[in-house]
Order: sequence, then structure tokens, then C-alpha cells
Amino acid sequence: MSANTELSKSTQVTERRTTQKINKEKTENVAGLLFVSPMLIGVSVLVLIPILATFLLSFAEWSFITPLSQLKWVGFDNFTRLFEDPIFLKSIMNNAIFILTVPICMIISLLLAITIDRNVYMKGFFKVAFFMPYISSVVAIAVVWQVLFHPSAGPINQVLMSLGIDNPPKWIADPNFALISIMLIQVWVSIGFNMIIFLAGLQNIPKDLYEAADIDGANAWVKFKHITVPMISPTSFFLFITGIISTFKVFDLVAVLTKGGPMHSTSMIVWNLYETAFVNLKIGPASAMAVVLFVIVFAITIIQWIGQKKWVNY
Amino acid sequence: MVKLLGMKKSIITVLMLAVSVLFLLPFVWMLSTSFKIEADVFKFPIQWIPERWNGFNNYKEVWFGDYPFYVYYWNTIKVTVLTTLVSVVVSALAAYGFSKVKFPIGRFLFIIVLATYMVPPQAILVPQFILFRKIGLFDSHFGLILLGSFSVLGTFMLRQFFMSIHNDLIEAAKIDGAGHWKIFWSIALPIVKPAIATYGILRFIWTWNDYQNPLIFLRTDSLLTIQLAMQKFTTINGEFYSLIMAAAVSAILPLVIVFIIGQKQVIEGIALGGVKG
Repeated sequence: MSANTELSKSTQVTERRTTQKINKEKTENVAGLLFVSPMLIGVSVLVLIPILATFLLSFAEWSFITPLSQLKWVGFDNFTRLFEDPIFLKSIMNNAIFILTVPICMIISLLLAITIDRNVYMKGFFKVAFFMPYISSVVAIAVVWQVLFHPSAGPINQVLMSLGIDNPPKWIADPNFALISIMLIQVWVSIGFNMIIFLAGLQNIPKDLYEAADIDGANAWVKFKHITVPMISPTSFFLFITGIISTFKVFDLVAVLTKGGPMHSTSMIVWNLYETAFVNLKIGPASAMAVVLFVIVFAITIIQWIGQKKWVNY
Repeated sequence: MVKLLGMKKSIITVLMLAVSVLFLLPFVWMLSTSFKIEADVFKFPIQWIPERWNGFNNYKEVWFGDYPFYVYYWNTIKVTVLTTLVSVVVSALAAYGFSKVKFPIGRFLFIIVLATYMVPPQAILVPQFILFRKIGLFDSHFGLILLGSFSVLGTFMLRQFFMSIHNDLIEAAKIDGAGHWKIFWSIALPIVKPAIATYGILRFIWTWNDYQNPLIFLRTDSLLTIQLAMQKFTTINGEFYSLIMAAAVSAILPLVIVFIIGQKQVIEGIALGGVKG
């Protein structure tokens, strides 16, 4: 009898412990969900559902102004038409050319970062100075450059003419120079960001590596090639990939400066998408462009993922 | 030898100063033009210091003329401050939940949230536009604030900092009978305060500079934010470059002030996470 009670007592204790544990897990679950739910709901409604909708709409023909009942399913028509559309192909081409800004900007930024890291006084000032374009509003910057690039009266061409160049390019008004002009501004804007990241990377290189090289009598170039470059390769890789992704998102500069012109010479995927959707009100083709954009960015991100694993251990 | 090194350093500093001045010339030109009379704008050689000053009239026209900037300033301050506040709160809550509350589906949910970071904002504009028109958030500041309030980047950044808080600290507080809310509010949050300041300043700058969302989600003139107003002003005042430059200075100035105050946080934050708008 007594043994029996004891036995049941111990079962009761374990039972209570389990219920306690389950309760505790329950409260953790509830607490966790409460903490993350605002973010989760926001992201679901504003990103997840819209991206699914984008994929759906890319198979449809519809415009904002007609009722939803007019929506027609057209299969892959939007995509096949997209890849026959000269303006869209031109936009993809322009995006491809625009990628050039990434390595150019990285090289300039790295040189600046190395100089600022070791060889100058007033480091703080230089960091702020080169970072200024990055924090300034793109619209204001675009407007300033628009005036600087003014074909006849602009300061840039006046300087060029006073240097004896009689027919300076018309910059953003010239189909052959418009894209280059925008790329120039993009490099100017991005240098600060790249430089700060490079500086952080340089500061993580152990100083004794350089000291050891000094003892071996290595000159500056050898040190740069065999210590600096390999040691900041993860930083460079990161900047390269995020830089490429961000060139696919360039919108403000094009929208303010050229609206894709002249003669579509500065049209890029994002601008083309905006014009198709919000000027021409063609939802289907615009969504197909959005899918193409998504796939490109997704592919680059996957490359980053794979690459990072290989590159992190030099 | 040391003296020689010092001299080399001085020379490079001077050279770098020249480079940075050249780099910043567009800003100098903008500032100086904003104080000129229109006839002097394109005078060559460039007048870096205006000969005839007209700054007062230029800025008066920008701030209180046909497109009064004080209205757009107020709109922008309202949208930017509220977006920053909501975004910081939402991100901090989520970051704590994803790092310090041990719940099994948390990891899974975090991966979902993180995956949405891959979606380029332009790829979802059309459905967002349709949605906002359906539920009446189109052409409202509230809608604009909502669009900027759920930042995966902010959540990720703050989560990194929450993770660095020792779990023993949390466990000790739990044994003392504190719930997660109390731990979040009185233990975790004070520890990550610097990270929150960094993210807050970055979010402020990004929202202030946002052009794309206001362009698509606002229509009414009186609701415009400074970036859109800036463009509208440029279109209207076409050839009045001194006015346009005064407007550009006005649009950039608040950021320069915020940046100079929060310089350390901004640069450290950027360097730390390698974050980008």
C-alpha cells in the first residue's frame, strides 16, 4: 500500500514536471511569436504576397484602370514578347555595361583607402569628405550634375573648351555619352561606401604581416600584391557582388537625369519596368520584367553564397 | 628618418586634400551658385565666391514661393521620423525574438524573413501599388510610412548585436521571475543602444533620400516629400539654376547635419555590416 502511494507520488511529480516543461515551452513559443509577429506580418503582406502576385501577373494581360474581370491569362506571351522587344534588350545591355562601374569604383576606393589608412594626417576629415555624395540625396545630386553637364553653358564643358577642346561631348544630351555620364556620377556617389568598407577590411589585416615583409626587404608593390590584396579578398568579393546587385536597382539617377533617353541610351531594366507599368499601364509585361529582374538578382545572390564559402578561407 | 617619414606623410596629406577638394567641387559649385544672381550662374571663369549676392532672395523664393519648401520639409520630417521610429521598434522586437527567445519555428521564420531581402524592391512595386489602391493607403503618408517600416536589414543588424548578449544574463533574469518583455525592455535594449542609434541614423538618411516610393505612392501636391518637390521645382523653374541650387542645398542640408552629428555611428555601422540602402 505504502509502496503504491510512493510510486503514484513519483509519477505525479514527473507528470507535473512534464506539464511544467510543456507550459514553459508554450510560453516561449507564444513570447517568440509575439516578438516577431509585427515584422512577420509586415514582410508577408508587403513583400511575400506581392512577389507571388508578380509571378502570377507576369502570365496575365491587364491594366490598372480596367476592372479585374478583364484580366486575361496569356501564358508565356509576355516573356516571349519581352525578348523580342528591342527596348528591353537594349535595357539589359545597358545594365550589363553599367556593371563596369563596380570594378572601376572598387579600384579607386581601394587606392584611396590604402592612402588614408597609412599615409595621411586628418583621417577623419577624408572619411567624411569622400562619404558626402553617398549620404546626399540622389535627386539633389542628379540636379547639380545636370547643370554641370549642360552642353553649351555648363561649367564642365566651359572648362574643356577653355582647354582647347572645341567640340566637347554633350554628355547626358548625347546618346553616345549619356550612359557614360550616368556611370560617372554613379562611381562618384559609390566611392565613399566602398572606401569605408575597404578601410574596415584593411584595419583587420594583422600589422605583423607587414613588419615581417619589411624585415625581408619587400617593397611597397610586393607588399600590396602579396599581403593586402589576398587579405582583403573577402571584402572585395563582398563589394563586388553587392555592387553588381545595386547596379540592377539604379533608378533615381535615370529617372531624374534622362528618363531613359536620349533614344533609350540610358534605359535600364528598372526604368523600363517603371515606364511600362506606371506610364503605359501594361501590368503583364511589367511583371514579366520584374520576374526577369528577380531571377537575375537571385542568381547573383546564389553565386555570392557559393563564392563566400570558398573565398572566406583564402 | 622619422622626420623624413613625417615629411612624406605631410606631402601625401596635401595631395589628398587636393584630390578631396576636386571630389567635392560639385558641392562647392552648388553652394556658391545658390547665392548668385541668375545672370552670373554660367559666367566663366567660374566665380567660386559670388560677386553679386542674391542668396536671401533665392532661398526666400525656394522656401516661401509657389512651391513652398517649408510644407515639403514638414511632410518629409513627419514621414522620416515616424518611419525611423516604427522601423526601429519593429526591427528591435523581431531581432530579440529571433535571437533570445528559444522557440523551434523561430529559426524557420527567420530564414523566411531573411530570404525576402533578396527581392529587389522594384520587382514588387506593381502588386504593392494595386494593394495600396485597394485598401485606401495610396496617396497617404501613412502608406508611405508602412512601406519603410519593415526592414529585414535592420532586423538582421540588430539581431547580430542581441546575439552577443550572454545567455546567462537572460537565464539569470528568468530565474528571478522576469518575463521576456521585461528582459527585452530593461536588460537587452539598454545593452544594444549604440546599435539602435546606428540603425536609426541610417534609416533616417535612407528615408529622407527616398525618391522611388514617394514617386509611385504619392499624388497630391501638398503631400509631397522633399525629393519629389525638388524634382517638381526643377521642372517648373527650368532655367533658374540659382533657385534650383538653393533648393538642392535645402534638400541636402539636414542630412549633412545628421551625418556630422552621427558620423561615428554611420561610418562604423556601414563598416560593420557592409549595409546598403
